Amino acid sequence: MLETKGIAKIYGTGPKATHALEDVSFTVTDGEFVCVVGPSGCGKTTLLKCIAGLMRPTRGEVLLRGKRVVEPPEELALVFQDYSRSLMPWSTVRNNVLLPLRHKRLSTAERKALVAESLGSVGLTRFIDHYPWQLSGGMQQRVAIARALAYQPAILLMDEPFASVDAQTRGDLEDLVLRVREQYGITILFVTHDIDESVYLADRVVVLTHSPTTVKEIVGVSLPRPRDQIATKELADFINLRGHVYRLIRRELTPVTSVDAVPNSGTPV
Amino acid sequence: MRLRRITDVLIFVLSIVAALAFWEAISRTGVISEKDLPAMSTTFSELWDLMQTGTFWHALLQTARGWALGLGVAAALAIPIGIVLGSSDFAARAFRVPIEFLRPIPSAALIPVLFLTLGTTLQSEIFLAAFGAFWPLLIQTIYGVRDVDPVALDTARSFGVSTFEGLYRIKLPSAVPYIATGMRISSGVALILAFTAELFMGNPGLGQKVNVAQAFGLENQLYAYALATGFLGLAIHVVSTAAERRALRWHPSQRAVTA
Repeated sequence: MLETKGIAKIYGTGPKATHALEDVSFTVTDGEFVCVVGPSGCGKTTLLKCIAGLMRPTRGEVLLRGKRVVEPPEELALVFQDYSRSLMPWSTVRNNVLLPLRHKRLSTAERKALVAESLGSVGLTRFIDHYPWQLSGGMQQRVAIARALAYQPAILLMDEPFASVDAQTRGDLEDLVLRVREQYGITILFVTHDIDESVYLADRVVVLTHSPTTVKEIVGVSLPRPRDQIATKELADFINLRGHVYRLIRRELTPVTSVDAVPNSGTPV
Repeated sequence: MRLRRITDVLIFVLSIVAALAFWEAISRTGVISEKDLPAMSTTFSELWDLMQTGTFWHALLQTARGWALGLGVAAALAIPIGIVLGSSDFAARAFRVPIEFLRPIPSAALIPVLFLTLGTTLQSEIFLAAFGAFWPLLIQTIYGVRDVDPVALDTARSFGVSTFEGLYRIKLPSAVPYIATGMRISSGVALILAFTAELFMGNPGLGQKVNVAQAFGLENQLYAYALATGFLGLAIHVVSTAAERRALRWHPSQRAVTA
């Protein structure tokens, strides 16, 4: 349903140009959970912005249900890493969740129901009249997730959503995302730099090279669902997959010493 | 904690008492003659007497009206214009020269022009107050709108929020702290200029009363009216601080106060 075809993003022109993305292609099918991992600075956020229609790729195109994405599509909702900047501090939790619903053609009762349902599914019903800054970081990110869910997207894009919360909260939020995915039956594209997280959550993991970025490998994850923070991570398959992705990325991180470590250099690897 | 509160109040009261006592002393001891500076007690009793008259309250209301209308006109113009200039690089560049040219003109320099054009009318007082109050508010609004968080704007855009809706749901609220600061600065400027218009152009109000008292050598009255203007400024400050607190109860600077 979601296709990226040869996405490239180049900032500036001439010899000083920065090639953030060189050639990124992958697809996400309906109902799939796809994680994108890559070394830091490989242009993950740039890629997500192109997919979300917030930025135009220099080359290539993004197709959502066969339609080219040129502006933020209605079927798509975005959860940012930085919840404190993405939530409006002057509005209550209720009004933050209402933001994407106000211009939708819905009755007041329907809006109310959507807000109640989405806040219920992230366990924040009691905090509907609080301000975001009265909540903990993890709770704020749950508000942002509820807001995205209330928008009723077909596909949810998440940009390192749990990078600024503590490890325990992170585990809880990962499970929460898996749960709401079952409940809402949505497709999720999840960008992260955390390899464990990507293998734990995904059906497939798209591993990127460092900048200029291409797709290094797409790793299928056939771990059983529902997943469990302890049991799943103890499985031999999990450990193998994690190790495999780790090696792919570590090779990207080590300094370029031999010809075969240079991606796209034209030399047969 | 309690002790700290008590000391705070004590310092507040004592500083006022000390200032008033100092005033009383330098006048009574003749450091500055009572003719040039009437004693504190004389001035306050003069003010008390004036407060029994309708003329005093009328003058006070006229000055307050000049302030309110001047600030109102300034806000009605500066905030929308500031939003436009803050949102559009093109508009900002197009208007930079006229703004930087007009802004440093001292408002008092307009008095002769106003004399010749609008004369001693309420309009001229409002114009003067509004002119002075316009600039700080305009600059604050421009910076406020520019400082809006790009993540907040991207969030709104990704949810299909229109540019116009984003303006009043994201840009304007996030500029409110800047606008509030601008209002505080402009409020003081507007009061000073309303008073100035009355003092130099003879528009009715406290400034005119001060001018008349000076012309007739009524020092006690002169100081009493000056004191009244000070109290008007203080009252405006207290009310606007409370309003600012309410409008910004979500802002980090005010959270400690509300929570």
